[in-house]
Amino acid sequence: MSNPTPNNPTSTRRDFLRYTVAGGLSLAFAVSKTGLVARSLQPNHLFDEAGGNADWSPNVFVTLAADGTLTIIAHRSEMGTGIRTALPMVVADEMDADWDRVVIQQGDADARYGSQNTDGSRSIRNHLNAVRDAGATARHMLIAAAAKLWSLPASECRAEFHTIVHDASKRQIGFGEIAASAATMPVPSNDQLQLKTPQQWRYVGKGKPLYDLQDIIDGSAKFGLDIKLPGMKVAVIERCPVLGGVAKSWNESVVLAVVGVEKLVHLPAAKEPYSFQALGGIAIIARDTWSALQGRKALEVEWDPGKHRNFDSEIQRADLIQSAQHKGTVVRENGDVDTEFAKGGKRISATYDLPHLAHVPMETPCATARVTADSAEVWMPTQTPQSAQRSIAMALRLRPENVTVHVTLLGGGFGRKSKPDYGVEAALLAREVGAPVQVMWTRADDIQHDYFHADSALHFEATLNDDGMPSAWLQRSAFTPIGYTFNPKSKTGSGGEMGQGFSDIPFDIPNLRVENGPADPHLRIGWLRSVCNIFHAFGVSCFADELAHAAGQDPLDYLLALIGEPRHVDLDAMGVQYSNYGGSIVEHPIDTGRLRAVLMRAADNAGLRQGPPSTKELRRGVGIAVHRSFLGYVANVVEVAVTDTGQLQIPRVHIAVDCGLAVHPDRVVAQMEGAAVFGISLAKFGRITAKNGRVEQSNFHDFPVARSIDAPQQIDVDIIPSTEPPTGVGEVGVPPLAPALLNAIFDATGKRIRSLPINQHDLSRDPLAD
Amino acid sequence: MLRIRVNGELREFADLDPSMPLLWLLRDHLELTGTRYSCGEGLCGTCTIHVDGQLIRSCTTPASYADGKSVTTIEGLSGKTADALRKAWHKFQVPQCGFCQAGQLMSAEHLLRTSDKILSSEEMDSAMAGNICRCGTYTRIRDAIATAAVELDS
Repeated sequence: MSNPTPNNPTSTRRDFLRYTVAGGLSLAFAVSKTGLVARSLQPNHLFDEAGGNADWSPNVFVTLAADGTLTIIAHRSEMGTGIRTALPMVVADEMDADWDRVVIQQGDADARYGSQNTDGSRSIRNHLNAVRDAGATARHMLIAAAAKLWSLPASECRAEFHTIVHDASKRQIGFGEIAASAATMPVPSNDQLQLKTPQQWRYVGKGKPLYDLQDIIDGSAKFGLDIKLPGMKVAVIERCPVLGGVAKSWNESVVLAVVGVEKLVHLPAAKEPYSFQALGGIAIIARDTWSALQGRKALEVEWDPGKHRNFDSEIQRADLIQSAQHKGTVVRENGDVDTEFAKGGKRISATYDLPHLAHVPMETPCATARVTADSAEVWMPTQTPQSAQRSIAMALRLRPENVTVHVTLLGGGFGRKSKPDYGVEAALLAREVGAPVQVMWTRADDIQHDYFHADSALHFEATLNDDGMPSAWLQRSAFTPIGYTFNPKSKTGSGGEMGQGFSDIPFDIPNLRVENGPADPHLRIGWLRSVCNIFHAFGVSCFADELAHAAGQDPLDYLLALIGEPRHVDLDAMGVQYSNYGGSIVEHPIDTGRLRAVLMRAADNAGLRQGPPSTKELRRGVGIAVHRSFLGYVANVVEVAVTDTGQLQIPRVHIAVDCGLAVHPDRVVAQMEGAAVFGISLAKFGRITAKNGRVEQSNFHDFPVARSIDAPQQIDVDIIPSTEPPTGVGEVGVPPLAPALLNAIFDATGKRIRSLPINQHDLSRDPLAD
Repeated sequence: MLRIRVNGELREFADLDPSMPLLWLLRDHLELTGTRYSCGEGLCGTCTIHVDGQLIRSCTTPASYADGKSVTTIEGLSGKTADALRKAWHKFQVPQCGFCQAGQLMSAEHLLRTSDKILSSEEMDSAMAGNICRCGTYTRIRDAIATAAVELDS
């Protein structure tokens, strides 16, 4: 692995200001940087104009105590990316603070932080500038206070490692000592802020150890279920196995007879659009978890399963394939594909399909609530505290400001904990019971009532010209849209969904058409780590490999030729609706030069053509894929070995990533490693099926995820050094893994798997083939 | 009446359902929340503890099993093997979300404590295969265990 330090002397403060403006997220800071806002947030710790010794909080992110303790708010949720370390580290760096004197405090839901929605791989790319400004503001005010104390010009003073120093007179004063005075200094405007240059960075681009690591390894870290309130009851909920079904009757008296069970609560069934509503069902309220689970076991419910009762995922799979193989809605056309197809030539086509997936974070959804007549307080592992706050307020008919949402550590999120339905359940039950209630989801609850990743089918057709390159390329995807969760009429992919690796396909092909076909969802559909990029990248990267083989060309050379020369792909000029993950297309163009660079880097690192030869026992192969998502660029080279009996081994995965400025390089590496394993899970095992409207899987035995024995023996991550603005990281590594893996399996075995997951296919050696 | 030594301290449970899994005894009745629920069926290793030094999935093991025995949880995990592993966990910055890591450490500690030879990476993987990490920290776990093993060996 490499840990490059961004060190480009041409990167100036002006660059960063430009990013701030274009990023559009200065609001969080502009609104928040008055003492007044801060005072209302943390009444016990704030600067009080009357008392000179009170702690000082120049803005919502930072509180500095007289003893020098620097409390920094983590306003984004920690689900494993290291963001609780990384963003506060940026604040501390910009203040030139001593990291060892930093205390991180998790922010509650509060619009004054700006967006807290920790998904879309947005935390660094959308918040870096705001937290830099926060740190710089504090530094300016500390310098101003010291300068005033010493009757010196502020321009002669500087911050250095938790002190303000004046070099000429060798005077210095600690941050804590000057904090109260600093609080009385005028708040500098944004254009007065002098941000550090990259050369001055102490922590950014280098990284610090994970703030929560010690708590994690000694067991004291607090996740959702670790909240214990006096008088708290535990609830588990039997939800209708068919989405939207209604409980008709249940054996209440039998359940109430179970020791420890105190009450049953009927939560009315959610109606479309399901959104973030509680699904409804029969809640068993008990004195402890085991009693609640025992009560659940005794519970029998007669359901009216409702309109999704006949849903069969195998039929849906066939329907999706049909949809993908027929004319759909055109979302992009370059040149004229039909005319080119009519000319004849070598025509290649392929159809791929991928099933529904569940998120299965190790921590199942859970929440703890305490509710009064006019307020609610909820503790939950949530990626999106403010939408939890709004959803709970709506369910309880309270004003959002009367709902407090505390964010615990998340035992994984992957998009599941962006949906706060479980917090709504806890709040509704706490009101009904009149005591604090903790809702826990069993693993079966989690798998059967997820907001599932869309199932999909993708169809490709291409005509190859004399040099083997496609003169025309048609691609069509059909998938159950996320929109269904919020609008029951939704049958087609949105521009945002199509823009995840499909309408933004970066290949240089003169005649190219992108279409979307309709689908008919019967489950709650939700975003899962890298979302539609999963199937779009899978189809595009596998089909590119198929064409390379059809043309008799080396897959790497062929892929580079498909990408074409370094250029910016201008979707706007093509009339394509494209949101670019919410990022500015000027700052974050679709840059095929960067795409090529990660591909060539990964290929170089892998020494592509120098792998060990296949043996009689082991068939070895190498596969490649490259993909841009969430503004970042990742290439994978996957090496596989397949045994005679069809066992798949992955000796090595080579990853090259261009994420712009890598604020915390080791966490970028960790995200790439984790994404590779996530990709292996979905490629090898990921498959949710449903019959009679009911999801058939219930735990890790029938919805397996990768274990240590499935993980690559080695994952090499190479970060391309860059001073470009940071891109997303958390999701970026997932999309290319599965297609690279499948391409490697083809290379090793000659078997082209077009339907995931791999475990539905036999990879054993065909004795007649050799 | 159940008598269980938990992290060195003798605890007595007078009116507790002896079929209650140890996981819920620890979490709900002793507020030892470092042992975590994830699958409830002994499939993922998140809830791993030691009973008389042996690996146990606490989510499926009834409290009665530990009667008269000694339970160690992540909060009480100590000794030179645990120290070496925690040090290696720091060195390799192993965790991501951290939820499974207590179980990983309990399994890793048992592995190194009960193994009398240098383990190959395949042996480590197969010994650790009962512990799922959805974040995918497996390669770092492997590196950390190998490093701790070397330290303990020297």
